[in-house]
Amino acid sequence: MTAKTLDLLQKEAIEEVLEKYPEKAKKNRAKHLGVGAPEDDANKTCGGVRSNKKTIPGVMSQRGCAYAGSKGVVWGPIKDMIHISHGPVGCGQYSRAGRRNYYIGHTGVDSFVTMNFTTDFQEKDIVFGGDKKLSKAMEEINELFPLNNGISIQSECPIGLIGDDINAVAKIKAKEMDKLMVPVNCEGFRGVSQSLGHHIANDAIRDYVFTGEAKHEDFKSTDYDVAILGDYNIGGDAWSSRILLEEMGLRVIAQWSGDATVKEMELAPKAKLNLLHCYRSMNYISRHMEQEFGTPWEEYNFFGKTQTIDSLRKIASHFDDTIKANCEKVIEKYAPMYDGVIEKYKPRLDGKKVMMFVGGLRPRHIITAFEDLGMEVIGTGYEFAHDDDYKRTTEEISNSTVIYDDVNEYELESFVKKLKPDLVASGVKEKYVFQKMNMPFRQVHSWDYSGPYHGFDGFAIFAKDMDLAVNSPVWGHSSAPWDK
Amino acid sequence: MQDTENIVNGQKLFLKDEYKELLANKKQFESSTLATDPAKVEEVFEYQKSWEYREKNFAREAITVNPAKACQPLGAVMVALGFEETMPYVHGSHGCTAYFRAYFTRHFKEPTPVVSDSMTEDAAVFGGLANMRDGLKNCNALYNPKMIAVSTTCMAEVIGDDLVAFAAAAKDEAPELNDVEIPVANTPSFAGSHITGYDNMMQSILVTLTKDNIAAEKKERINIIPGFEPYIGSIREVRKIVDAFGYDYLFLGDHSEQWDTSAGTYKMFDGGTKLVDAKDSANSKATITLQKYTTKKTMKAVKNKFKQEAVFENPIGLAGTDNFIMKLKELTGKEIPESLKTERGRLVDAMQDSYPYMHGKKFAIYGDPDFLIGVVSFLVEMGAEPTHVLCHNAPKGWEKEMEEILAKSPAKDDCKVYPGKDLWHMRSLLFTEPVDFIIGNTYAKELMRDTNTPMIHMGFPIFDRHHLHRTAISGYAGALNMLTTIVNKVLDKLDDETSSIGKTDYFFDAVR
Repeated sequence: MTAKTLDLLQKEAIEEVLEKYPEKAKKNRAKHLGVGAPEDDANKTCGGVRSNKKTIPGVMSQRGCAYAGSKGVVWGPIKDMIHISHGPVGCGQYSRAGRRNYYIGHTGVDSFVTMNFTTDFQEKDIVFGGDKKLSKAMEEINELFPLNNGISIQSECPIGLIGDDINAVAKIKAKEMDKLMVPVNCEGFRGVSQSLGHHIANDAIRDYVFTGEAKHEDFKSTDYDVAILGDYNIGGDAWSSRILLEEMGLRVIAQWSGDATVKEMELAPKAKLNLLHCYRSMNYISRHMEQEFGTPWEEYNFFGKTQTIDSLRKIASHFDDTIKANCEKVIEKYAPMYDGVIEKYKPRLDGKKVMMFVGGLRPRHIITAFEDLGMEVIGTGYEFAHDDDYKRTTEEISNSTVIYDDVNEYELESFVKKLKPDLVASGVKEKYVFQKMNMPFRQVHSWDYSGPYHGFDGFAIFAKDMDLAVNSPVWGHSSAPWDK
Repeated sequence: MQDTENIVNGQKLFLKDEYKELLANKKQFESSTLATDPAKVEEVFEYQKSWEYREKNFAREAITVNPAKACQPLGAVMVALGFEETMPYVHGSHGCTAYFRAYFTRHFKEPTPVVSDSMTEDAAVFGGLANMRDGLKNCNALYNPKMIAVSTTCMAEVIGDDLVAFAAAAKDEAPELNDVEIPVANTPSFAGSHITGYDNMMQSILVTLTKDNIAAEKKERINIIPGFEPYIGSIREVRKIVDAFGYDYLFLGDHSEQWDTSAGTYKMFDGGTKLVDAKDSANSKATITLQKYTTKKTMKAVKNKFKQEAVFENPIGLAGTDNFIMKLKELTGKEIPESLKTERGRLVDAMQDSYPYMHGKKFAIYGDPDFLIGVVSFLVEMGAEPTHVLCHNAPKGWEKEMEEILAKSPAKDDCKVYPGKDLWHMRSLLFTEPVDFIIGNTYAKELMRDTNTPMIHMGFPIFDRHHLHRTAISGYAGALNMLTTIVNKVLDKLDDETSSIGKTDYFFDAVR
């Protein structure tokens, strides 16, 4: 298919999708759909799409809520704290242990990530308020889990509606117990998606972790200290990133927040450079550390060969010649491996078309990783991005790409049917819809229970998994011999 | 570094030397206070195994740790998906809906359609009327469902939205909605659990659809309500039993097709109770619920509103299935089909073949109240000992009924019931009073790891094993499935324990 016809087909797909909507919804959704091209960098956003607005009611949006953004993304992976899902029982249960934030620790004793702590609100707590219950809950936690290094209170919807004062409770308990107690007002109805939850969670780090109090004064800094921000260690991503940084002579003093500890949260401002992977969820605190502590930050992308190499060089450029030289050595050391991976898998994946829909950084970050394998991304979009994410996306696309913001089930299904990609990469809610159509699919939230995908080691797994999906024999069995 | 000839994922990648070193090196940045002192960690872990810790743990009043229940709208979604071309619609913030969809999808490995009307902060202040108006209209335009089943999240409940008035207002504005059934149910997450939500939505759908169609004269037909049934195989097994009687029946809320569609094309809706049938359901002479504690309110409507005979059966295990079949005989006036008699005989034969391996084995088990009534009955029938029976969402009356079941066991003095307790309580029980096996959903996995208790996957949700939900645990065939699973797990464990060469393998028998 030539670029010209792809572009036309994409525009047609958008027109067709919009037809079915009632007038008001059509007007709204038209602004969130567009066709982006690499040469459009004058546009404010890729494809000119609007983002970070309210979801239209009555559709199957893939979006989550502010609680998901705070508890599920930012705070939940901090392993030596206990995160209370404060309110009714559901939120904590549905988000328990599903995100694959890997960590090393003794769960239930000194680490608590995959557990579910909740105040399990009952009717009386709604009527009379839940502050007393929360206070008692924190005491019980401290007694039964003495090795916790702090407690965060992740507010569910009712908390902000019934007038509870979790901030006051946290303040009292922090004093009584001499521990980090963090109230987070991340009720699910706040904002339009999980994005505001990230922001609120970042603000809570600012207010409760960076209190201005001197901490870890005996910590001996080096010139090569860096911190990884916005890596949630899904399937071990932060570990397969960290290894490259350390091999080039940098010292990773903190990992946020996959496999993180409270101490690592506190150490980050001491880094010489903060390395930001997921811009969307942690740009707020990166900016704060820059303003407050003078810690500069740099965005990077560790998906695929090309981006990992570029990012390593970009990171090294902030340091002296030793690091720059080491960086080249690392790139060289891994070359036979990543080139071997490409040599092995590119012939099997060359020219295959991909449509993606995820959140955070992935809708743009993974594009080049697919391209390293000869694949072509013809559609991408974000659950909860802002204009600055869509601006950055223009830099990553290499051909005409349909851009869909907050795409819902109906739209994505229609786009896929029309544009017929060879692989769909999205989340668990979408997975079986497309597999039913005999469409190869990979989850790109959880890495489909595989991973890590970051770094050179991760790229090898990524390539293997994409081949597994695209070239599996199972997609060819649906029509029975008597139907042929 | 990866070997291109043998690329491994995280499981084995992080066992390579360079990663072992990396993780060991990371420790220096992790130690904040006590947590990374291995001796201290060991000490606390040992303490958690003690009776003293158990007492403190059981004295908890405020914090719930690792619950074994979910919230109401989840159950409401399941009900909706058991009716023909019905879109579950959740009035509230869309985060909840994303969670329900992911939760069911991970269990069934199937798509789960649910829409939300995406209430945000302004709706919290002004109410969700505008969301509902637009939401019902958009949902109808995109998906053209025959019914939209509206439930609520706790946000909508706290602000007190009036669903009936809102749905009426939406219909005023969009007359096309008059062709769509729109039952509504209040499903506050801060009361009961997912089974309460099931009850509220089932009651609402039946009462809404049968309005103006409740005749005094009843038809020669029965209704069957499955309850919150995570085993689609069980639904099919129950249908097979009733079919064998050759008597007219309506299955109300059958999601077995919806969550088991064929590969080839994607169909958003499949199967489910026909609305025309549901509308006539009040005119059957009796309604049998297969989950008493999950359908309390619904059965009240069956009795008082529909004036039907309200029947409670639980066809899990031998006696449960026997009772169900005898009830069918009574209600249908037909003889028990030979095929079922044969099946029963085969089940009993299998129980007699395998009993030595289950007799006296101690089990811990948890799950929903009706599931437990059935499965614990079966364990007792096999001579096994249900030592710890825990039900986090136990309704009133359940504890007494469970105690009566346990009273039939010779080991009754060693079997205890724990209503309203969570899985951190269960952890203490397993440490202080160990058992041979734990039966539970995916979350039992951490209990297995922590306490070294072998686990048998049963219940909801099961995310980490495939296709178990396709099998039946109900009926004679379901009992045989449970028996096969459990006895072979016992035998696997026995082989594991006796496989040490030259030490224990004298007992590594070729014939068991």
